[in-house]
This record gives sequence, C-alpha cells and structure tokens, in this order.
Amino acid sequence: MKSTTIPLHRNPKLRSFVVQASLLLLVAYALFSVYQTTVSNLEERGIKTSTSFFDEVAPFKVGYSPFLEFKLGETTYIEVFFIGVLNTLLVAVLGILAATVLGFFIGIMRTSQNWLASKCALFYVETFRNMPLLLQIMFWNFAIFLAFLPPPKQSIEMGVFFLNSRGLHTPVPFIENHLLSTIWFGVIFASFVGTFVFAKWSKKRFESTGKSLPVFLISLSSIITVSYITFVILGSPLGIDIPVLGKFNFKGGGQLPLPLFSLWFALTIYTSAFIAENVRAGISSISKGQVEAARSIGLTRTQMVKMIILPQALRVVIPPTISQYLNLTKNSSLAIAVGFEEVVAVWANISLNQTGQALIIIAMTIVFYECCSLFTSFILNIYNKRVQITER
Amino acid sequence: MADSTLKLKKLPDREPPENTIGWIAWIRDNLFSSATNTLTTLIFVYLFYLYIPPFIEWAIINANISGTDRSVCDTNKSGACWTFIKIRLEQLLFGLYFASNPEQTWRPIVAFSVFGMLIIPLVIDKTPHKKWLLIALLTLYPLLFICVVYGGVFGIPVSDTGQWGGLLLTFALSFVGIIVALPLGILLALGRRSEMPIVKMMSVTYIEFWRGTPLITILFMASVMLPLFFPSGVDFDKVVRAMIGITLFQSAYTAEAVRGGLQAIDKGQNEAAMALGMGYWRRTILIVLPQALKISIPSIVNTFIALFKDTSLVSIIGLLDLLKMAQNSSRSLDWNGYDIEGYLFAGFVFWIFCYGMSSYSQKLERKLDTDRRAE
Repeated sequence: MKSTTIPLHRNPKLRSFVVQASLLLLVAYALFSVYQTTVSNLEERGIKTSTSFFDEVAPFKVGYSPFLEFKLGETTYIEVFFIGVLNTLLVAVLGILAATVLGFFIGIMRTSQNWLASKCALFYVETFRNMPLLLQIMFWNFAIFLAFLPPPKQSIEMGVFFLNSRGLHTPVPFIENHLLSTIWFGVIFASFVGTFVFAKWSKKRFESTGKSLPVFLISLSSIITVSYITFVILGSPLGIDIPVLGKFNFKGGGQLPLPLFSLWFALTIYTSAFIAENVRAGISSISKGQVEAARSIGLTRTQMVKMIILPQALRVVIPPTISQYLNLTKNSSLAIAVGFEEVVAVWANISLNQTGQALIIIAMTIVFYECCSLFTSFILNIYNKRVQITER
Repeated sequence: MADSTLKLKKLPDREPPENTIGWIAWIRDNLFSSATNTLTTLIFVYLFYLYIPPFIEWAIINANISGTDRSVCDTNKSGACWTFIKIRLEQLLFGLYFASNPEQTWRPIVAFSVFGMLIIPLVIDKTPHKKWLLIALLTLYPLLFICVVYGGVFGIPVSDTGQWGGLLLTFALSFVGIIVALPLGILLALGRRSEMPIVKMMSVTYIEFWRGTPLITILFMASVMLPLFFPSGVDFDKVVRAMIGITLFQSAYTAEAVRGGLQAIDKGQNEAAMALGMGYWRRTILIVLPQALKISIPSIVNTFIALFKDTSLVSIIGLLDLLKMAQNSSRSLDWNGYDIEGYLFAGFVFWIFCYGMSSYSQKLERKLDTDRRAE
C-alpha cells in the first residue's frame, strides 16, 4: 500500500502553529506600539506616569465616606481610591438586597392567578427594563426627589427612618459594651452551629427511617428563644443610634445622602425588573407533571414547594440573577450623573482630571471592576458545579 | 337486512353551561376565584383608583399643548406642559444643527424614513427577499446615512459628527455599534470556540475584559486616553471616540450572543462538511454560520436593546444625545422647571424602541422554539 504524505503547507499542525505565531506577533507588536506612543504622548504633555501621586494629598472634598474618615488636606489620593471602592461596594450591597426582595416579589406576582396582579407585574417589568437606567436615575433624582421631597423640618417619617430633600436618615446600631456583645454574638453563633448540626442529623434520620421533622421551624424558634434568653439575662449588647431632628437638620443615626438614595432607588427598580423576569422564567420552567407527580405521591404543599418546586426553579433563577448582581455593581458607576462619590466619579473622573495620570487611574478602575467580575464568575462556577452533581 | 340498519343522527352540540363562558365566568375565574384572590383584586382596584385618575388628569385632561412659550404652562400648573415638547421636538429628535437650520431638516427625516422603510418589511414574516433587504440595510443604508446626514456630496453641506444630537445621535451611535460589532463579534465567537489555544485565549481575554468593565469607564477611556494611543496629529472628534468605545464594548457582547448560537449547532454538521472535504472557512461560512446566526438573532437583538439604552451614557462625556438634549432643554431659561415632561418624553421614545425590539425578539424566540420542536 502506498502511503500518501501530506504536503507541508497542508499539515494542520504546522498551519495552526504559523497562524497562532503570526497572530501573537501581530497583537504583541500592536500593543507594544500603542504603549510606546502613549508613553511618548504623555511625556510630550509633561506627565510622567508613576504611582508617586498616590501619597500626595487630594485637593478636593469627598463628602460621603462612612467607612474611612475623610479630612480635607490630609487624605491622600490612594485613600480617595479606597473610599470610592467602599462607596461602590456599599451601594452594590444595598442595591442587591433591595432588588432581590423586590424582584422576587414582582416575579411571584407575575405568576399569580389574579389577572390584575399578573398584568401589573408585567407592566412594571416592561416599563422599567425598557428605559435607560441613566434616565431613570436622573428622573428620580432631579425631577422627583429634588423637586418634591420636603426640607428636613417636614421630613417624611417612616418609623425610625426619615426622608427629606437631603436624603434618607436611618438608625445605626453600635456596640455599647464590648464584653457583653462578644458573649451575645458567641451565644448566637453557637445556636446557629447547633441548628446546623441538628439539620444534618434530621436529614440523616429522614434518609434512614423516613421520619421527617419541621427542621426550619424548630431551628428558627430555638435560635429566637436562645437569643431572647441571653438578651434578658445580659441586657442589650447593642445600642441603636436613632436620628433626631435638631434645629436645622438631623443629628445622629446614619444618612444616605440624596444622590446615594436616588441611585439606590433607581438601581433597585431597574434591576428588580430583570430579576422578576428570571423568577418568572424559573417558576414557569417547572413542568406541570412535576406538580402532579408530587401530589400523586402524597406530598403536602409545603413539602412539594420545598422539595420539588424550589430546587428546580432556583437552578434556573440563580445563575442569571447572580449576573444581574454584577450588572448592578457595574451600573452603580452611573452615580457620576447625580454626584455620588463612588469609584468612577471620585477616581476615574476627579482624580484623573487633577493629576492627569490617565494610564494608571483607568487601569486601576478597570482592575477593580474586573475583580468584581471574576469574583462573580467564581461564585457562579461553584454554584453550577454543585447543581451539576445533583443532576442525574 | 338493510331495513334494520340504524340511522344515527348527529344531535347539534349543546351550548356550554352558562356559568363557564363569557365575561362573567372570566371575571370569576381570574379575579374572584378565592378569598385571597378577591382581596388582591380589591387592593389593586383601590390602588388604581388612588393613582391612575390623577395621573390621567395631569398628563391628558389638564395638559397644555397650545401656545409657543412657557406662559401657557405657567398659568395652568395643574397639567403637564407638552407645549415644551412640541416646541423643542426638532431639537430633541435631530439635534441643534438640524433644528436651527430648517432648510436642512429634511436630511435626518430622510435618514429615519428610509430606515423605517427597510426595517418594517424585515420584521414582517411574509416579506419575500428578506436576505437582500437585510444586506441593503447593513451595506447600502450606512452609505446613504453618511451621504445624507454627514453630507459633503451632491452639494449637501457637511454637518460634522460634533453637530449631531438628539435621537439622531442616539441612533447613529447604536447603529454604528451594532454594524461594526457584528463582524468583530462573529470572529471573536469563532475564536473562542477555536481549537488553537492562543487564538482561544486571546478571544476569551478580549471578551471577558470588555464584559467586566462598565461602559462608562470605557467611554472615559475612549474620550481621555484614545488620543494618547495614536501618534500626535491623529485626532478624532468626540462622537467618533464614543463610537470606537461603544463598538469595542458591543463586540464582546455580540460575540457571546453568537457563541450561544454556535454551541447550539450539532457537531455532526461540521463533521459532515469536513467529510465532504471542505476547508475551515468554507465549512464555517457555508454550513455553520448560517444556522448559528439564525438561532442567535434573538440574543443579538437583546444585546442591541441593551446597547441602545446604554448609548444614553454618552451624555456623561458631554455628547448631546436624546437624554442630554431633554435634560438641557428642561434646564434652559425658556423651559426651566419642566424636567418631568422632558424626562418622560425621552423615556417614552427609548421605551417604544426597546419594547418594540424586545417584543420582536420574544416572538422570534417562540417561533424558533416551535421550529425545533417540530423536527
């Protein structure tokens, strides 16, 4: 038998090597020349790219920094960066919490049997997800809140929360007695560990004997009882700082300044519309047969929801919802339109204009967001792996 | 024998029981089927009663539309001031240049109407020769847009991109974004699924880099750093810088949408083409891509919706798009204080386009779904 040899230019291995090598060279050359032009352009403008400006004092004021103290004339640029990052994370956490609650509520309303409720949810979703977020942020901040919220004296009272044209005043817990609070948190932690062990045990028992216990109810009530008893014995470990109306403004408590409040409000509404759609898709992805089968083997409604519907629905709901959390975090950069001091506003805009260090500043901003993005995909991968194992 | 054959006569169908059809039954089933259901209905009706009549009164019944300046609105504060929108409509839609030169206004109007004439038959199911229409939209239309809106040929005066504004700018930015990002995105998606490790790694890095960064950072980068990337002397105007940023950003999202389509194609298709002796590009262009692109149209449309909304961010780097135009107009001396109307109008325009596109993509998705089920 005559063996045919492949001509050299048709050898797939060689071809793939040549293609990749030339591509690599091309990209490397392009990046290198862009880098060189950039450096020479910067030098032409008298800007020497270095990180020495990190320790210089920032000559502008950052109004809102609840976690790090800001002092005009002392705080350095690098501290301003961290203030920005923390503010971004703060609005992200607040937004994620509120958007999840609202989104699940709207999503469940969307699958309601009541025609009015489901159509209202549809209207909500279609209205808010089809308008630009920036427009919504500006609308709430400039056209509604700034124009219609009352001055501090006539604040809108919602329990211990006060809303006025300067923002939302909230109560803040603080630690009064370190020893007491340590003990208290210790006890609560121990009771959580206890319920965890109990849940494991009852699951094992269920698997071997088929006898089930209302684990959630028992755990919840035992945690509440334990914490209440410690509370009675030890007294309050935490003080709560409630805002009080002073002569001109509120004293004490925490404050979400109006830009942060509007941003939070708009982000919550916008993201919740997307989450609601995920929830609806999750619920309607469960086939009718699953429910019928669960009923026919005699599961109670709670059992059915807990063991049949939720695990399957959540598998569909959770991954896109986590991506929405990332979107929310990235979208919080629109704060610049209303003047909330998060990382893009305070770092990629003001600091950049002050120092001219475009290269380093933009790179750091991008790295921060890339970290958020990588963290999100890390969480998603873990979740997907866990789900895959349970899948047969 | 024949005599004893039973003659079976079909009786007319009986009407369904009265209480299971008609609107009464519908109301009972959908609004009052149980105690909770009834309660929900009552709560919603009460909420409607509280909020809808005042809104209609403000937006329609008491609204002002006549007149040419703010005096009409200032005397009747109980209604919306649509006069403002009426007077500023041309600015909001076409930007300052085309609105202040009435003899030029036909240019954006022609651009928009031709676009409408191309896109409407495209979304209707039964139109013949859709392929040619699409090709015309992607190749001839941009040329026409440049000739008519940018000008400089056939004696049409040049209007620099810096003079574009309003809906026209929003439209131009997103149209450029989608047109240029589509081929880039297809290449990236192919790269991501390639068997060559370096090509794959580069595509993944590129896609994840742009997807991980907020658009506003990219726009800042485009407006601040782009001039630094090129030798001095090469300079772009602000709008072009934004277009470059948007295109790079969008190509990553398009790539992901196309990848979804590529993944859905059976491996056998590629292998069969290979068995016929087709090379990579012939396999890809003739066999894989036509199928993959068809499946990925809904997701591509979805990324386009997101892009269309996101173009509003260019207002932060100082471009006068629809949103910025609405904001500026409602802050001008003539119309100061009518922000709500301005934002509502801009929001409504955005909403119409986005809702239209999302309904279309949902319809398409449903259609594709049944197609596959029927096989």
